[in-house]
Amino acid sequence: MLRIEDLHVEVDGREVLSGVDLEVPAGHTCVLFGPNGSGKSTLLHTIMGFGQYEVTKGRILFLGRDVTHLPIHERARMGMGIMLQRPPNIVGLRLNDLVVAAGDGHLDTEETAKALNMDRFLERDINVGFSGGEIKRSELLQLSMQEPCFFLLDEPESGVDMESIDLVGRKIHSMLYDKKGCGWEKGDRSKSALVITHTGKVLDYIDADCAYVIRGGRIMCSGRPRDILRDIQERGYGECIKCRMVKL
Amino acid sequence: MRRRAEEALKRKGAFGRDYDLDEFEPGSSEGDTYETLEDITPEQKQTMMNVGVLPSAEERSGSLVYVDNAVVHQSSADQGMELLPTLDAMERYDWLSDYSWRAVPVDKDKYTARAYLEGANGYFIRVKAGRKVEFPVQTCMMIDTEKRTQHTHNIIIVEEGASLDIITGCATSSHANESLHLGMSEIYVLDGGSLSFSMIHNWGEKTGVRPRTGVELGKEASFVNNYVIMKPAGSVQSYPTCQLNGEGAAAKFNSIAISHPGSEIDLGSQVIMNAPHSAAEILSRSITLGGEMIARGRLVGNAPDIRAHLECRSLIMSEEGRTLAIPELEAMYPDVEMTHEAAVGKIAREQVEYLMARGLDEDEAVGMIVRGFLEGSIRGLPESLRQEIDDAVSMANLGN
Repeated sequence: MLRIEDLHVEVDGREVLSGVDLEVPAGHTCVLFGPNGSGKSTLLHTIMGFGQYEVTKGRILFLGRDVTHLPIHERARMGMGIMLQRPPNIVGLRLNDLVVAAGDGHLDTEETAKALNMDRFLERDINVGFSGGEIKRSELLQLSMQEPCFFLLDEPESGVDMESIDLVGRKIHSMLYDKKGCGWEKGDRSKSALVITHTGKVLDYIDADCAYVIRGGRIMCSGRPRDILRDIQERGYGECIKCRMVKL
Repeated sequence: MRRRAEEALKRKGAFGRDYDLDEFEPGSSEGDTYETLEDITPEQKQTMMNVGVLPSAEERSGSLVYVDNAVVHQSSADQGMELLPTLDAMERYDWLSDYSWRAVPVDKDKYTARAYLEGANGYFIRVKAGRKVEFPVQTCMMIDTEKRTQHTHNIIIVEEGASLDIITGCATSSHANESLHLGMSEIYVLDGGSLSFSMIHNWGEKTGVRPRTGVELGKEASFVNNYVIMKPAGSVQSYPTCQLNGEGAAAKFNSIAISHPGSEIDLGSQVIMNAPHSAAEILSRSITLGGEMIARGRLVGNAPDIRAHLECRSLIMSEEGRTLAIPELEAMYPDVEMTHEAAVGKIAREQVEYLMARGLDEDEAVGMIVRGFLEGSIRGLPESLRQEIDDAVSMANLGN
């Protein structure tokens, strides 16, 4: 589904990713752990193609195609969808207009919004005055309409209260396990995802297949998500990486 | 009055480029009249339609078309409302002299003086007390002859508890580019009345436009003014003054403008709150594509317990051009709540990319943001204005 080879990325002339190698096989969900400032969000934004991130070396392969320099909307149209942690406010533009534009018309906007408790927000300006939980639900609403086959989720559980976490988690589950085919199947799943998580909370809702730990702009280790999360929780990132590297 | 006007003939306008009135002949005040708007010439019909005036007059309570300086059509379909050429109304009603040239003084500047001295005709609209007119009245001011001045004197009176919507289209036909429009409008909304006044413009690239508008509101009266100019124009300078004279009166001025290369667009409005508990809002949304754009706004709190807000936002979408926002607040009492915001800049790249990540290409993303910017924050715009903005955004190809 997604393969990243020796990816180097600069932001404002400073190297943030220094040779990332990573793979998300079709039908798999992989999580990305890493301390603050390790380059997690940069990696997700670069995969989506945001302009601030300059790829200086390496490449991104999506569905077997080199998309390293493809415009954002073409990646989106190939089936890539992102949930941002801090999306911009757009004064004057109603959420409804974007949600409708993101879909292909076969889903009912009102119904989809209701399921996310967002129907009251459709007439509101996008993200203007939204709380943390509302922003997450707005992002998920947009993604639900967009129906990507490959999800990039940037800390879906951050800044969300306990009650909303359940709603957000269940929604992510239903999107990832949606039966709509993407041309490949892995058991009962056809969607793939790369999910950033700090707390691992989202693992309660998705059946993740693989995990990567990124630090200093490099993937330091990979393994089974629960094992890695336990190591990080018990011993911190530094120790986790050290011991896993020995095992490797 | 005549002497005052004559003395003002050399008085320059407070803002905007000065026009030498001697360079323009007054446009003709004679013209063929038409029984229905469908009989009007095809070219004029097209010019009207481009500014939201419907030849079918469907869902309109009345229509009046003014070409150069002649009323060529008038019709009214509502018993509770009168729609007449101003000069006819002046002849019919002695009391009209109490309103004529009151909200707009004849000696304000050379443009008001010229309109007065030329004996400007125009439209008179009166809505009788308590009458809620269901459909909008449409009027069209069209300049059809090159190198001419069009002067109009419009008087609108919405009596106690009555309500009315007006849609006005102002345009020059294709063969009347270098001409001058001097449109005088006096608007009186009496106690408890309400008026919504929407204007769409389509001038020539060299047309000079110097409207002068005065508005007076009584107790609990409300007034909404929507000014939309999306197409290239020569030099437009407009600065209506609204006096809130009755307790609880409320006025709202919305302007939405695009300044194309070569255009000078100077739009402002001022609201003077003379009565307690009155409220005013001025919202301006503009874009320069290379022309000059000036957004003025002035709010004056002349009474206690008033509320007023002014908001100018402008996008710069070209390396050329200039934008100037001039918000002013003036208060004479401590118990006032008056605020303003002004913002000038380009579209945030982050916003464009956000929409692109949802599958929109760059042009679609920019168009959507611009449409939202222009019309999204202004609730309750009439459909024809919304359409005008949508068309302009699509045509301007703003993503490039």
